[in-house]
Amino acid sequence: MTDYRRMWSDLNMDLEKHDQLMNALPLVYEDVFLRQAGRPRAMDYFDSVVAEIHSERIAELQAHKNQGGKICGAFCVFVPVEIARAAGAIAVGLCGGSQFWVPDGEKVLPRNLCPLIKASVGARLSGTCPYFQSCDLLIGETTCDGKKKAWEVLNEYAPVYVMDLPQMKRPRDLAAWREETGLFLDKMEELTGQRVTAEKLAVEIRRQNRLRRALERLYRARQADPVPVSGKDALLVTQVGFYDDPDRFIERTEALAAEAEERIAAGEGVFGAGAPRILVTGTPMAIPNWKLHHIIESAGAAVVGEETCTGTRFFAHQVDEGGVTLEEQLQALAERYLKINCSCFTPNPGRIEDILRLVGETRADGVVYYNLQFCHGYAVEYHAVEKALKERGIPVMKVETDYGEEDTGQLSTRVEAFIEMLR
Amino acid sequence: MAVLGIDIGSRTIATVVLNGRGEMQSAAVADSGPRPLEQARGMTGDRHIFRRIVATGYGRHGARAGFATGLVTEIKAHALGARHLFPACRTVLDIGGQDSKVIRLDEAGRVADFIMNDRCAAGTGKFLEIMARGLGLSLNEIVAAAEAADGDITLNSMCTVFAESEVVSLLADDRPVGAVARAVLNSICDRTLNLLHRLGTEPAVVFTGGVAAVPGLSAYFARRMNLPDLLVPERPQLVGALGAALYGLKQPGA
Repeated sequence: MTDYRRMWSDLNMDLEKHDQLMNALPLVYEDVFLRQAGRPRAMDYFDSVVAEIHSERIAELQAHKNQGGKICGAFCVFVPVEIARAAGAIAVGLCGGSQFWVPDGEKVLPRNLCPLIKASVGARLSGTCPYFQSCDLLIGETTCDGKKKAWEVLNEYAPVYVMDLPQMKRPRDLAAWREETGLFLDKMEELTGQRVTAEKLAVEIRRQNRLRRALERLYRARQADPVPVSGKDALLVTQVGFYDDPDRFIERTEALAAEAEERIAAGEGVFGAGAPRILVTGTPMAIPNWKLHHIIESAGAAVVGEETCTGTRFFAHQVDEGGVTLEEQLQALAERYLKINCSCFTPNPGRIEDILRLVGETRADGVVYYNLQFCHGYAVEYHAVEKALKERGIPVMKVETDYGEEDTGQLSTRVEAFIEMLR
Repeated sequence: MAVLGIDIGSRTIATVVLNGRGEMQSAAVADSGPRPLEQARGMTGDRHIFRRIVATGYGRHGARAGFATGLVTEIKAHALGARHLFPACRTVLDIGGQDSKVIRLDEAGRVADFIMNDRCAAGTGKFLEIMARGLGLSLNEIVAAAEAADGDITLNSMCTVFAESEVVSLLADDRPVGAVARAVLNSICDRTLNLLHRLGTEPAVVFTGGVAAVPGLSAYFARRMNLPDLLVPERPQLVGALGAALYGLKQPGA
């Protein structure tokens, strides 16, 4: 058995502080996940992944490094992981989703900044996240002003490479993003010392497309009533998809989707038939942020979809696999990634179309708009989303919150009242 | 058999007992105190005489775990209670100890939409209490003091803590207590109006919650908010508990 404490110590982690974090996680996980009734058996794998979140997967990363491989960490669904993998690197998602890291982030960042940025920076500064410690390069992007400036701070502690994402979707923006995608390829080759060939990239494009399809299959299963898998479990699966080994993840997610489909055929579900159905839209929920889903599902409603970066924005749209040359592949990658409808774009009508379509597909009774505090893009965009939903008579409620627990009581009241209204 | 509704709020606990015909048999209000659940349990008395005990308010989950047989959110409870007292009600404005909310009802009295402040005491009963203390006035005196004064001071701070410092600064600056009291009430009014505007105000508007019981306050609000027909129940603190009891009465089965 691997000596994980030694591994963490070799990664220059603060072991004492890390123990505090790891001691808290099982209690929360028990309360949020393991007490759910009638979970699919295939969730066992994902439970074990979380139980070993800072050990087994990290040991895999270290094994890769010991063979001269590189690790890069990304914070956003816009980073084309296919390219990093084609260059021989392992790509992992790094967003911080715990209040535990926020105070350390606030040592160098303003308090009135989104908790995701504060927690991400705090995770690196506190030396309590082995994923951060394992990374040879951090990949930032320009999806908001807070992140843009936080990269400069983070760069004092670890090397950061920033991809410049355009903020509009005109042809010239696609051209710029295509160029940026090429620069990212150069950077990855420089990092790993390996050439990205069209053959290798084709393999990785197909692999990530398979991963997207597996998640989509699980999402389609959630359209059934009764819903065969809880929103919390589906969210967890998506969160794990950011850092797990892709092939293993695809296999386990397909198995879960298959079990969900069997349940649908047998008319089984985790909530009773006719339970209120909620579509969540808004800002990302990085692991271990399960707060809103837990509140909603504890109140007896099922979360049936997430129009978020830890939901459909992560896996919607395939990369065209027809590209033969690197040029064609980079174009296909740029086109797919620029289809993501993040609120950082202006205007952003595609997101409203996505939400309306998803309300229909998931048969949602209402929409909960999730806004991490101080995320201005999504906060402002609520105006347009609310208008579009209310015009169609679809109930919507905005929840603005952070990772703290002090507002849970009032949020529960609001969510419960919203659900009472839908019944 | 009778039904008990109990509203366990941050500042007060209210109970309402309805008989099988929906007539109020008794009602009580007490401070929540440091151990609200114990206090609430004490107020229920001999629980065997009730067919059902329905809890609402922020202590509802604790009550459900302890002694209540059902629960309902304060949003639905206030909607039911206000509609029962005023059948024409289409909008409820509820200002309680630590939150304020606006609830819009459809023609049939169902909750159509609602809006609620969260994690902040701005514009709530707690805000009013703290400001009154800073002014050296009781809640019974604050409206009269504001009415007697004139001038147009504006409080810039929404946050209770900052607003308290602002009140202290204004008094240190020798501004009349009444004028500052006026600024405090206007601040709550403006914040409440903001909530009302965001949801839309359909008449008749019913004002519920403990703040509505502060002497003179509802008349002051009605004038300031240009809502001359604002309806106020005789005992506005009881509306949540009444709604909870009505909810219990409506449930099928024994």
